[in-house]
Amino acid sequence: MLRIDNLHVRAGERQILNGLSLEVGAGEVHAIMGPNGSGKSTLAQVLAGREGYEVTAGTVTYRGRDLLALSPEERAREGVFLAFQYPVEIPGVNNVYLLKAGLNAIRKHRGEPELDAFEFLTLVREKMKLMQMDESFLNRGVNEGFSGGEKKRNEILQMAVLEPTLALLDETDSGLDIDALRIVANGVNSLRRPDRSIVMVTHYQRLLDYIEPDYVHVLSGGRIVKSGDKSLALELEKRGYDWIKQEAA
Amino acid sequence: MSTPQTDPTLEALVARKYRHGFVTDIESDTVPPGLDEDVIRLISRKKREPSFMLEWRLKAFRHWVTMQEPKWAHLRIAPIDYQAISYYSAPKSKADAPKSLDEVDPKLLETYDKLGIPLHERARLAGVAVDAVFDSVSVATTFKERLAQAGVIFCSFSEAVQNHPALVEQYLGSVVPYTDNFFAALNSAVFSDGSFVYVPKGVRCPMELSTYFRINAANTGQFERTLIIADEGAYVSYLEGCTAPMRDENQLHAAVVELIALDNAQIKYSTVQNWYPGDEQGRGGIYNFVTKRGECRGVNSRISWTQVETGSAITWKYPSCILTGDNSVGEFYSVAVANHYQQADTGTKMIHIGRNTRSTIVSKGISAGHGQNSYRGLVKILPSAENARNFTQCDSLLMGDQCGAHTFPYMEVRNPTASVEHEATTSKIGDDQLFYCMSRGVSEEDAVNMIVNGFCKAVFKELPMEFAVEAQNLLAVSLEGSVG
Repeated sequence: MLRIDNLHVRAGERQILNGLSLEVGAGEVHAIMGPNGSGKSTLAQVLAGREGYEVTAGTVTYRGRDLLALSPEERAREGVFLAFQYPVEIPGVNNVYLLKAGLNAIRKHRGEPELDAFEFLTLVREKMKLMQMDESFLNRGVNEGFSGGEKKRNEILQMAVLEPTLALLDETDSGLDIDALRIVANGVNSLRRPDRSIVMVTHYQRLLDYIEPDYVHVLSGGRIVKSGDKSLALELEKRGYDWIKQEAA
Repeated sequence: MSTPQTDPTLEALVARKYRHGFVTDIESDTVPPGLDEDVIRLISRKKREPSFMLEWRLKAFRHWVTMQEPKWAHLRIAPIDYQAISYYSAPKSKADAPKSLDEVDPKLLETYDKLGIPLHERARLAGVAVDAVFDSVSVATTFKERLAQAGVIFCSFSEAVQNHPALVEQYLGSVVPYTDNFFAALNSAVFSDGSFVYVPKGVRCPMELSTYFRINAANTGQFERTLIIADEGAYVSYLEGCTAPMRDENQLHAAVVELIALDNAQIKYSTVQNWYPGDEQGRGGIYNFVTKRGECRGVNSRISWTQVETGSAITWKYPSCILTGDNSVGEFYSVAVANHYQQADTGTKMIHIGRNTRSTIVSKGISAGHGQNSYRGLVKILPSAENARNFTQCDSLLMGDQCGAHTFPYMEVRNPTASVEHEATTSKIGDDQLFYCMSRGVSEEDAVNMIVNGFCKAVFKELPMEFAVEAQNLLAVSLEGSVG
């Protein structure tokens, strides 16, 4: 599904990723953990195609293609989805209008017929139920005036509608209270499928109580310094990140 | 500016050509360039105007020669030679117009295509010499019958002068006097034609009125004059312009629009302005110097201006409301785009005179390329305007780093019971917003359109439905390629 090989990334003068390698198979859920500033979010942004980062070495192969050669919208149409840590507000642009435009662009790319307004609304309503979002979300601007929890739920709603093959979740748990976290996690779990891979970036192990990963990786100094299964996350929770930094050094 | 006195050779030349034009070729369609009292007499005579019109034009002209062009706007304007303009053309002969769409600039045709303009309309807009477009004529005829039944007068200004001289004499210049400003004075002296609307007492005009449906609306020329009167309790919605770019050889446009709303009357005036903006290097393009003003003369009356200004090289216009009647309401909703080398200095004036008068101003300026966009607005509360209220919202959106957005709000409050609110924001179209949309599969171009249309939503929702859809498409075409 996704193969990252020796990835080096710079933002301005700062080297952020420093030889990161990672392989994600179909249907797997990977958690990437690490202290603040270790490059977790950068990884998610670079994979989604955000401008402002310079890849100085390394390759990223997604379903046999060079992912880095694709524009952000091409990546989305090929099935890459990023749930943002800080979803941006776009005043006046209807929340579901954006979603419909995105979905139809993706369907067109896949050679599927575009959905009309009625079909789309039926689909969105069904997915909104899953995320326990009320009808008012249909009429609001993109993230406009949303609370932190509403923004995160909206991200997972988009994921549910767009049905990606590779979902990148960037700190999806941050800023959520326990009820909202449960709703978001249930949403993500219901989207687990053998042909869909998920990479979650998170600072805390808390999220992993709800979304159980197959693999846990620790990112430090711009590279993965330790990998393991879920028990690694529990160990991190107990011992913090320092011992890994020392071990790696 | 040059006046007839400053250049004797030019004056001689004008006089000579003019004599030729007048005496030996009385049927000629165009008066030679230049402006003096004889030209004005000629215009008035050619139009067979009653004497009050000629007197008024002459007074306007005599005042105009004493005036200077306004210099206060945030605009760079190349000097205009007013003696090089021809001030009268009869309805155009079709000899030099393109014979078919094959002769029309392919770029223009491409634009029509993008805007979804119906095929049979394209020829008319491009100025192709077709005698009559069957569809619009028949539409216009049924249209006229329905209006006549309701008692609404809707005709060209020239027809109104012939058929309803009393109404014209009573209201012409009563909101925009010929002394008002340089361009209004010039227009008053030489205006060629325009629209006239009178909606009688208690009548709700049964349809949206549009220049588009008015027969002979084409070629009203560069000095257009519009007068709309809503009598007591009347309602009218008027649409001006068209989203399609119009072919026009005249660079200077100086129109005047006057609206009068009597007791309990309402006038809604919507404009989509898409004159040629010049090319990408800023060569050519229309100068659009317009004076638009409405007076809420009666109690509980209401005037709303909604404008989408995407065209012209230079736009200088401030559709305003004089709120004379108690409880009257003035509204101004505007989207102005300045792309490439376009310059726009636009806004409004809300003059509160009556008690409990209210005004709302929503202005959305979009600057892209090397465009310069200024909002200029005056809110004036006179001592008589007890409990007047104004709300102003003024937002600017910047695309790229070569363009400019400027805001010049003026407030003059002379009654302590007034409440005046002003909110202003300036934002750049955000990389974050673009990336967010694109990461959902939307192309960059569509993302820009979406964000810009979202920015303008508060104004678009004031437009009549089908106009709003057209305006969105127009915005997309106007801003094509301005990001990335």
